[in-house]
Amino acid sequence: MIEIKNLKAKIDGKEILQGINLQVNAGEVHAIMGPNGSGKSTLANVIAGHEKYEATSGTVTFNEKDLLSMATEDRAREGLFLGFQYPVEIPGVSNAIFLQTAINEIRKYNNLPELTPKDFLDKMKEKAKIVGMDSSLISRSVNTGFSGGEKKKNEIFQLLMLEPKLAILDETDSGLDIDALRVVSNGVNEFKNKNNAVILVTHYQRLLDYIVPDFIHVLYNGKIIKSGGKELALELEEKGYDWITKGEA
Amino acid sequence: MSEEKDYINEVTDSEYKWGFVTDIEEEEFPKGLSEDIVRRISNTKNDPEWMTEYRVKAYKHWLTLKEPKWPKVEYPEIDFQDIRYYSAPKQAEQLDSLDDVDPELLKTFEKLGIPIEEQKKLSNVAVDAVFDSVSVKTTFQDTLMEKGIIFSPLSEAIKNHPELVKEYFGSVVPYTDNYYAALNAAVFSEGSFVYIPKGVRCPMELSTYFRINSMDTGQFERTIVIADEGAYVSYLEGCTAPMRDNNQLHAAVVELVAKKGAQIKYSTVQNWYPGDKDGKGGIYNFVTKRGVCEENAKISWTQVETGSAITWKYPSTVLKGDNSIGEFYSVAVTNNYQQADTGTKMVHLGKNTRSTIVSKGISAGRSNNSYRGLVKIGKNADGARNFSQCDSMLMSDKCGAHTFPYIEIDNKNSTVEHEATTSKVSEDQIFYLNQRGIATEDAVNMIVNGFCKEVFKELPMEFAVEATKLLALSLEGSVG
Repeated sequence: MIEIKNLKAKIDGKEILQGINLQVNAGEVHAIMGPNGSGKSTLANVIAGHEKYEATSGTVTFNEKDLLSMATEDRAREGLFLGFQYPVEIPGVSNAIFLQTAINEIRKYNNLPELTPKDFLDKMKEKAKIVGMDSSLISRSVNTGFSGGEKKKNEIFQLLMLEPKLAILDETDSGLDIDALRVVSNGVNEFKNKNNAVILVTHYQRLLDYIVPDFIHVLYNGKIIKSGGKELALELEEKGYDWITKGEA
Repeated sequence: MSEEKDYINEVTDSEYKWGFVTDIEEEEFPKGLSEDIVRRISNTKNDPEWMTEYRVKAYKHWLTLKEPKWPKVEYPEIDFQDIRYYSAPKQAEQLDSLDDVDPELLKTFEKLGIPIEEQKKLSNVAVDAVFDSVSVKTTFQDTLMEKGIIFSPLSEAIKNHPELVKEYFGSVVPYTDNYYAALNAAVFSEGSFVYIPKGVRCPMELSTYFRINSMDTGQFERTIVIADEGAYVSYLEGCTAPMRDNNQLHAAVVELVAKKGAQIKYSTVQNWYPGDKDGKGGIYNFVTKRGVCEENAKISWTQVETGSAITWKYPSTVLKGDNSIGEFYSVAVTNNYQQADTGTKMVHLGKNTRSTIVSKGISAGRSNNSYRGLVKIGKNADGARNFSQCDSMLMSDKCGAHTFPYIEIDNKNSTVEHEATTSKVSEDQIFYLNQRGIATEDAVNMIVNGFCKEVFKELPMEFAVEATKLLALSLEGSVG
């Protein structure tokens, strides 16, 4: 699905990613963990195409296409979804209008007919239920006045609506209480199937109790310094990052 | 591929779609202003004597006044002798049948999308079409007359309903009000006159469409809307002009009277030629609009201002009667070198009067956009309340947004609230929408429309759609 080779990237002239290699196949869930400042969010943003982040070398291939040469919106239309760590507010634009536009732009790009308003509404009701959003949230402006938890739920709601091929979820668990964490995780598990893939970017092991990854990678100083199965998370939880990073610093 | 081409064409053409010139024979006065010209206009319009005298008095008063310099706009001195004060298509009289109207004029309004052929167009909008200094066609007059509603060009109303016109003309905006109001009173040549009788709810939207065509000609129209006790009317105005290199003057006066329990909803989509990318040409839009509310009456102003090189207007409401309500909803967009200094005045005189001001300013390019508003609470206005919200959005690093709120309170039992925000269309918002598959241009439109939503929802349906499109065109290419 996505293959990242020797990816280096910088922001404001500072090199953050120092050569990332990662392959994610359909049906897999990968977790990227690491201490603050290790480059986790940078990786997510470079892949999504945030203009502040500049990829200086390496390649990212997504569905056999060169991702880095694509405009941000085309990456999205190809099936790449970024769940934001800090979802932005867009006053005056209802969730419904926003999502309808997004879905139809993506469908148009993929030569699919637009969703009829009825199909769209039906889908919205169905998916909202999964993340426990009531209809008032749907008609409210995008993220405007939402609590931290509501914003994160809204990200997962969008994930379910847009049905991308690859979801990169950047710190989706941060700031959530245990109930909200359960709802959000449940949404991700609903989304997951053998044709799509998920990359979880997270600080903590607790998210992985709910969404079980196939692979875990530890990112440190812009490099993946250790990869393993889900048991790696438990080890990290127990010992912290020090035991791996010691030799690296 | 062809779709892409269409898009490119649309983008390159879309600077100003209404900029064509109609090739038609016009009767024009020589340039310049004098008592003689004022009398000639009066004569051409077949004014009754009181009107001629009124014009001359206004002209003489104007001579004693100085052009106001307080707005935050800059422009070279206007040479009032270099302006033509009257210009009309040769066929100046309104005709009963459209068959007799010059086909060039018909084509013009067709091109502008203005419904002047009743049977072909939406049946719920009556239109008065004004071309330079005269009205070309007013639709649905007969249908409206059945309910006693008068909707006619002002010059026709002066003839057919002289008592009504005499009673209200200058009653809200006297010629002594300001420099441009005096000028308008002296040289106005057309406008619309609306009268809704007691207790009548006007069954359709009334609208006037103003078109400037002739070169070097100023347009000076006067609109008077009277809603008698308990009546209701929704009135819309729109305007466009050809693209020309020199600046043209538009100095209109609008007077509204809402009697006891009446309601007037007045909406404007102002789209005069804004000048080119380098700030050359464009309309100077210096307008005085004011309404008076009697007891329990309500006046709502809604304006979408996207055009004009310079806009200078403050639609105001005098809340004279107890429990009356004034509202002002405004979106003002400036791009390139446009300048706008616009806002409102809410004058609370009666008890328990209420006013709401929602102003959205959007500046792009090198433009300057100012909100200027006055909330005045008179000493007898016990329980008066005002809420003002002024939001500015910046789309570039070279534009300016300014807010000048003036508050004068002479009554302690009143409440005035003012909120103001300034924001930039943020990269993060655009990235967020991009990441959901929405291209930058569409993302900007979405963000800006969201910003204006509180105002757009006040517009009648068809106008809201037009306003949304206009906004997109005005701001095309201004981000990224």
